[in-house]
Amino acid sequence: MAAVQETIDQVKKIDVDQYKYGFETRIESIKAPKGLDESTVRFISAKKSEPEWLLNWRLEAFRRWKSMTEPTWAKLRYPKIDFQDLHYYAAPKSTEGPKSLDEVDPMLLETYKKLGIPLKEQEILAGVSSRVAVDAVFDSVSVVTTFKEELAKAGVIFCSISEAVREHPELVKKYLGSVVPQSDNFYAALNSAVFSDGSFVYVPQGVRCPMELSTYFRINERQTGQFERTLIIADRGAYVSYLEGCTAPMRDEHQLHAAVVELIALDDAEIKYSTVQNWYPGDKEGKGGVYNFVTKRGDCRGHHSKISWTQVETGSAITWKYPSCILRGDYSRGEFYSIAVSNGYQQVDSGTKMIHLGKNSTSRIISKGIASGHSQNTYRGLVSAHRKATNVRNFTNCDSLLIGDKCGAHTVPYIEAKNSSAHFEHEATTSKISDDMLFYCRQRGLSEEEAVALVVNGFVRDVLQQLPMEFMAETQKLIGISLEGSVG
Amino acid sequence: MLEVKNLHVKLEDEGRVILKGLSLTVPKGEVHAIMGPNGSGKSTLAYVLAGRDGYEVTEGDILWNGESLLEMEPDERAAKGVFLAFQYPMEIPGVAGLTFLRTALNALKKKRGEPEVTTPAFMKLVKERGQKLDIDIEMLKRPVNVGFSGGEKKRSEILQMALLEPTLCVLDETDSGLDIDALRIVAEGVNALRSPDRAFLVITHYQRLLNYIVPDKVHVLADGRIQKTGGKELALELERSGYAGYTGKAA
Repeated sequence: MAAVQETIDQVKKIDVDQYKYGFETRIESIKAPKGLDESTVRFISAKKSEPEWLLNWRLEAFRRWKSMTEPTWAKLRYPKIDFQDLHYYAAPKSTEGPKSLDEVDPMLLETYKKLGIPLKEQEILAGVSSRVAVDAVFDSVSVVTTFKEELAKAGVIFCSISEAVREHPELVKKYLGSVVPQSDNFYAALNSAVFSDGSFVYVPQGVRCPMELSTYFRINERQTGQFERTLIIADRGAYVSYLEGCTAPMRDEHQLHAAVVELIALDDAEIKYSTVQNWYPGDKEGKGGVYNFVTKRGDCRGHHSKISWTQVETGSAITWKYPSCILRGDYSRGEFYSIAVSNGYQQVDSGTKMIHLGKNSTSRIISKGIASGHSQNTYRGLVSAHRKATNVRNFTNCDSLLIGDKCGAHTVPYIEAKNSSAHFEHEATTSKISDDMLFYCRQRGLSEEEAVALVVNGFVRDVLQQLPMEFMAETQKLIGISLEGSVG
Repeated sequence: MLEVKNLHVKLEDEGRVILKGLSLTVPKGEVHAIMGPNGSGKSTLAYVLAGRDGYEVTEGDILWNGESLLEMEPDERAAKGVFLAFQYPMEIPGVAGLTFLRTALNALKKKRGEPEVTTPAFMKLVKERGQKLDIDIEMLKRPVNVGFSGGEKKRSEILQMALLEPTLCVLDETDSGLDIDALRIVAEGVNALRSPDRAFLVITHYQRLLNYIVPDKVHVLADGRIQKTGGKELALELERSGYAGYTGKAA
């Protein structure tokens, strides 16, 4: 199969444990002084000329955060993070002021080009690939958003969240924090206090968003946390598909990333949210890498609404992430499709929550964890049915694949049915790529890497099929690269 | 030509010696059968030829067209034309048969410096070769060997052989688990591949398969060594008298 071949070619092109996106952009930037106190929060808010209500909202979050402690229930081990030893704001100097594509620093455009994200609309139009509108976030700020005018014609608002605060305060005020409240958890509270940028999407009633939307996150600065906040609202009968991609330079030190994503689907609306997370995972010995503490939650607020999460997690030293659905509306539907690949000393604790509150709501969870090297890969999930949520259904399938004998795969499912009409199914398997299976493939002519790539791609097929077409080939390659050197 | 010279093999884990000076020559264009009782080392020979881990060659050599295979990885041997039809073919969940076949074919072509096969040419080839083995495209859309019956697994092995066109074909107990109709289909598939530049080593426990795949020579393997070599009539003789005369005990 061509894709498997591409995986191999890709792997061959790069040196052993070479992270493809590990380059650094040398660009002058403005940073907040290290450390976090009320003045940091005020600094960020002032930088963005935010209205009073938002500053107060941030300060309230900060007050709550101070009284909270870091969660320790996840199966993750890492030295304590010094939250005072970080910069909470960093922005390329050149992005201050108004921005159209012509005014964007050519060095930034070059950076995104190197990452394979063209930002010039004419380049995208000239290409054969399908059109995707991009919001590019560099450290703490959004540098550019493409195809805005065309989207505006359809009534779709797609911009950075800072811009949304200025241009559409009524929408932001109404929905911000309505799915993930300020005090939801330690990292969400931190994010609420210091979030710097992120994307905002509003799709009006009855509109099917005419193109894929995507955000590309890049951490560049040293000792800087990235705290982005994404808010997506699909009004009644609307549909939107959204992609998120992330990379970071290779650094010896750990970088902190604590994002919050809130999705709101009103009656009959549908949101499809796909992530390809490829933050720097650290080197072979486990040095460096991104700490990824993310709160993602979707609220199926209206009846017959649908939210679907698809994630491909290959990066980060630490992943703490549980994209969830609150199935509030009757007949609403939640889906979670996940591929989590870990290698080296990566630790992944990820999964989902499906909270059934509405009657006849349904959900589906397909999780594929692949552990190799010395990594630990945990699926943690909750499926619950509220007392009044009658006739709800869930199907869960959690498969783990182990490569080698120094890694671990763990499955921690919580199932709570508070009424007797709930119908929950749970399937789980753990398997190992056996030497016999590899020998069989190699006898037919495949090299060891080709054999592993083939078997793994077979293992994740159910989930791959959920990804938008253009991401599928990319993901197959990425999985191949992530597992490079995992056998032998 | 395959030349196995004074081959001594032990299991890496337990150190047990399985092959004790096995010698064998199979010229191109010929079909040789290896028969022997359980535990005589038949499957070990097949695995060592293909380069499976877990076996240590302590003495002797294996030459294929004058070149030693011992230092080669399994996929390098495959590129040299070595093919093993497995007694127990592995299941590969989620990987469609067509994907597997095409990946293997292109991997071999690449190793040999040949251009990859195009999709239409590949599909045509699969249809044509599959038909002879009573395998249709639908079966190849299913994951490799997952949920296959014994007969389907063996037919699929022979299809792989027909597509990859190896020059040294080793069949490890291909007849086990086959009913008479499946046996005939498999044997016809093998016979269709017989050619002057291809050598076959057919490993079997029973004479039955050899009624359909008629060998040029039959070797009796017992106690890690070839005990006797003869024509196809030797198989019939074994069927009558058993292996007792070669092992000192009833098989």
